[in-house]
Amino acid sequence: MKSSVIVFPGSNCDRDIAVALEKFQIKNQMIWHNETNLPKSDLVVLPGGFSYGDYLRTGCIASKSPIINDVIRHANKGGLVLGICNGFQILIETGLLPGVLLRNKNLKFISKNVFLKVINTDNQFCFNYKKKNIIELHIAHNEGNYFADINTLQKLEDNNLIALKYCDEKGNINTDSNPNGSSNNIAGLLNREKNILGIMPHPERLIDPLLSGIDGSIMFESLLKSK
Amino acid sequence: MKITEAIIHKHGINPEEYKKIINLIGKEPNLLELGIFSAMWSEHCSYKSSKKYLKTLPTKNKKVIQGPGENAGVVDIDDNDALVFKIESHNHPSYIEPYQGAATGVGGILRDVFTMGARPIATLNSIHFGSHKHSKTKNLLNGVVSGIGGYGNCIGIPTVGGEVKFDSSYNENILVNAMAVGLVKKNKIFYSKAKGIDQPVIYVGSKTGRDGIHGASMASAEFDENTEDKKPTVQVGDPFTEKLLLEACLELMKDDSIISIQDMGAAGLTSSSVEMASKGNLGIEIDLDKIPCREEKMTPYEMMLSESQERMLLILNSEKIENGKKIFNKWGLDFSVIGKTTNTKNLVLNFNGKNVANLPLSSLSNEAPVYDRKWKKNSNSKKVNIPKDFKSLKILESLKRILMSPNNSEKSWVWEQYDHTVMGDTVQKPGGDSGVIRIHGKNKGVAITVDSSAHYCLADPVTGGKQVVCESWRNLISVGSKPIAITNCLNFGNPEKEEIMGQFVETVDGISQACKYLDFPVVSGNVSFYNETKNKAISPTPTIGGVGLIKNLDSMMTRNLKETESHIFVIGKTLGHLFQSEFFREVLKFKDGPPPEINLFNEKNNGLLINKLIVEKLVNSVHDISSGGILVTLCEMCISGKIGAKIKVPQNNLGIHKYLFGEDQSRYIIEVSKKNKNEVSKILEENNIYYDIIGKTQNDRISLENEFDVKLSELEKLNTFWFRNYFKYN
Repeated sequence: MKSSVIVFPGSNCDRDIAVALEKFQIKNQMIWHNETNLPKSDLVVLPGGFSYGDYLRTGCIASKSPIINDVIRHANKGGLVLGICNGFQILIETGLLPGVLLRNKNLKFISKNVFLKVINTDNQFCFNYKKKNIIELHIAHNEGNYFADINTLQKLEDNNLIALKYCDEKGNINTDSNPNGSSNNIAGLLNREKNILGIMPHPERLIDPLLSGIDGSIMFESLLKSK
Repeated sequence: MKITEAIIHKHGINPEEYKKIINLIGKEPNLLELGIFSAMWSEHCSYKSSKKYLKTLPTKNKKVIQGPGENAGVVDIDDNDALVFKIESHNHPSYIEPYQGAATGVGGILRDVFTMGARPIATLNSIHFGSHKHSKTKNLLNGVVSGIGGYGNCIGIPTVGGEVKFDSSYNENILVNAMAVGLVKKNKIFYSKAKGIDQPVIYVGSKTGRDGIHGASMASAEFDENTEDKKPTVQVGDPFTEKLLLEACLELMKDDSIISIQDMGAAGLTSSSVEMASKGNLGIEIDLDKIPCREEKMTPYEMMLSESQERMLLILNSEKIENGKKIFNKWGLDFSVIGKTTNTKNLVLNFNGKNVANLPLSSLSNEAPVYDRKWKKNSNSKKVNIPKDFKSLKILESLKRILMSPNNSEKSWVWEQYDHTVMGDTVQKPGGDSGVIRIHGKNKGVAITVDSSAHYCLADPVTGGKQVVCESWRNLISVGSKPIAITNCLNFGNPEKEEIMGQFVETVDGISQACKYLDFPVVSGNVSFYNETKNKAISPTPTIGGVGLIKNLDSMMTRNLKETESHIFVIGKTLGHLFQSEFFREVLKFKDGPPPEINLFNEKNNGLLINKLIVEKLVNSVHDISSGGILVTLCEMCISGKIGAKIKVPQNNLGIHKYLFGEDQSRYIIEVSKKNKNEVSKILEENNIYYDIIGKTQNDRISLENEFDVKLSELEKLNTFWFRNYFKYN
């Protein structure tokens, strides 16, 4: 399997995701945002960070980068696209996923481990979470408060396009287990074809028992299996 | 423009110093030249009051690659890896404008580290605020924490540790000390010393604006009722640009293009150009028309004294200019050849085709004033009576009071606002004894901690100075590392006062004694004087940033209890010293008396033995006994491990309060499995280390024989209550 990680000015999880992909034998290359041609890839990753310093709106300027045209083309052809944190924000700004990501409800940056329920395991990113669907990952963001109008939310629920929801240790999805105020506790979304996934938590930070958990590994194992 | 007495005074130059300037340069300075002197001779840049004493600190051993005098210190951590680190204050600006002050404090210290060729791998901070009841504290705390997070999170360097303290001595002068640690290959370290004549001097990074003008001078004076007016001297940070600058610099550093490099920190272009040239014993000539400016019509005075952030000065190999330009253009940053090195040993500035300043560099650096200020001893020898009724206080109630106090509360409200896991190598998060970062791609790690104990230093600066170094050493030992070296940030009041100067001299003496004994050299640091408002100074606050090496992460240690039915050992002798303890200060509101004594022999012995027990995998958890004594330390181990403990106070003639709340130094609590109990006891006895076994771990309750039996969750709730409650309406 081949992947491309897009590096924007201000990306800061690009190395982390590259390390994770390589750890799971996914052959990766780094692509600078100013490139216009995406090399042949099975998976494109938009990494976390603060592309363009979050100026204007998170993900907004990055969504106009030259490489994005090719990323959209890749997605429309059914290629896999994973947006993590700032990458999720960029996916929303490109229109590949619906809704917006607002500032966290408490108006603070939040960096901590949270529990998540994998709602949709029927996709190439989350396939392996069938055996374990309450997981622990790390979030680190200031704008992760997912919002969409009621109709959109209903469609997402009806079509089973919500990949992850914030929950507690036992899997309860409620206000107490919602760290940032996201509508319906949404932490990750799929597009209708389920080849695009945008998530706020960072699977690449939990791939080693030494780093407080390995639940992120399961996503990379799923991806590897998908090809 | 005529230089009047008023102008001289406004530049923080006293009449004697002005005479000295005229002597040195053989003429009256013009306004620009005066401004340059004002910055270079400021306390902040010249260390004129502290130099004499800083020289007494031990700065070398076989691990030290670079001691004080460079942008940051460097130590060897084997396998061609080296750590670059430094701590610095940003106190004055943070009080005036907490968000930007704290943010640019982080930005500045990160630049010091990557200037030397290192990729930053961690930041830490020590922040001190006034009483939580003071009207400004909430806003300042909120602003400083957001500012630290805002900068570190954006640039993507994990914040892995720190401390947050409250005391009324900081009501009008908060402290923001930021530390950064970077990793570099031993053979790829960059220095600031200029070399070669006619080499191009290049300005890279952000454009120069009118922010931060005279920041260094501002930080070298006390505050008064007009502090608000100083807002324009605070710099405004842009972590996004710093991220680009970091990547561009590291890219350019891959080959040998750079001859020398210096960041533009305090006193911006002035101090960077002066330092580079004077270290190389060269001259430097700058064409100010070439400075990339953010605003129109900036004067030479403004350009030279601006402290706009995210800028660097480089001296490049002349044939590498095109390559450098390409890299900086790629990252969207300015790259401008602004001058050259010369053999004149002068700083020469030209603007609009005219010479606007010409100063011998030595007058700005080597010849800057050095003072041998008067000082008086502070050591507190007066006899203090121990408060009478403390023995009637209930142990559990006292424990709860301490756990609920702002200074002893659990601080995740703070550190959850800092990204502490980015870069994927954070092995120990904030909240433990030290942060631990894995060396990327390897199975070794570095432990990092920042510590201060101002109330000990106020009570007795020599002992306090020793104690804070030992505290750092102990925190590094507790996570399984071998302590290597420290960086220090010395925060004091006005050194022109004998009492304050005395605090400084004696604290440095204490630090020096401990560092020498423990072979724990000081490799970098910073002095911040004039933390004083309307004649009221802060408590003397040396902040120590320590680093240690964990050769094999398999033997890293944590403080959380691991299992039930294991034995709880107290290592080191308990003497029951209650003066300056949290028990006296928080529960009895009694703040007199001396701090606990430090016995450096025991400190080293106990520490090295703990290290041995950890490496031989004979202990489950380790936590040094500090603020609050045995009982608070044990509670922290229980709460973080979600395991309870059942203890009783061993036979002694101290009484239960002294035993449980005394803050005697050089002690640790360790958790030992049943199977290792005999072996650990044997090793301790063979090495003549004093220990008590005080009980066993159990399920979710903490109980003390004949005193109390309480659910762990109840104590945890109290311990985490304060911060969340304080900001309830925020």
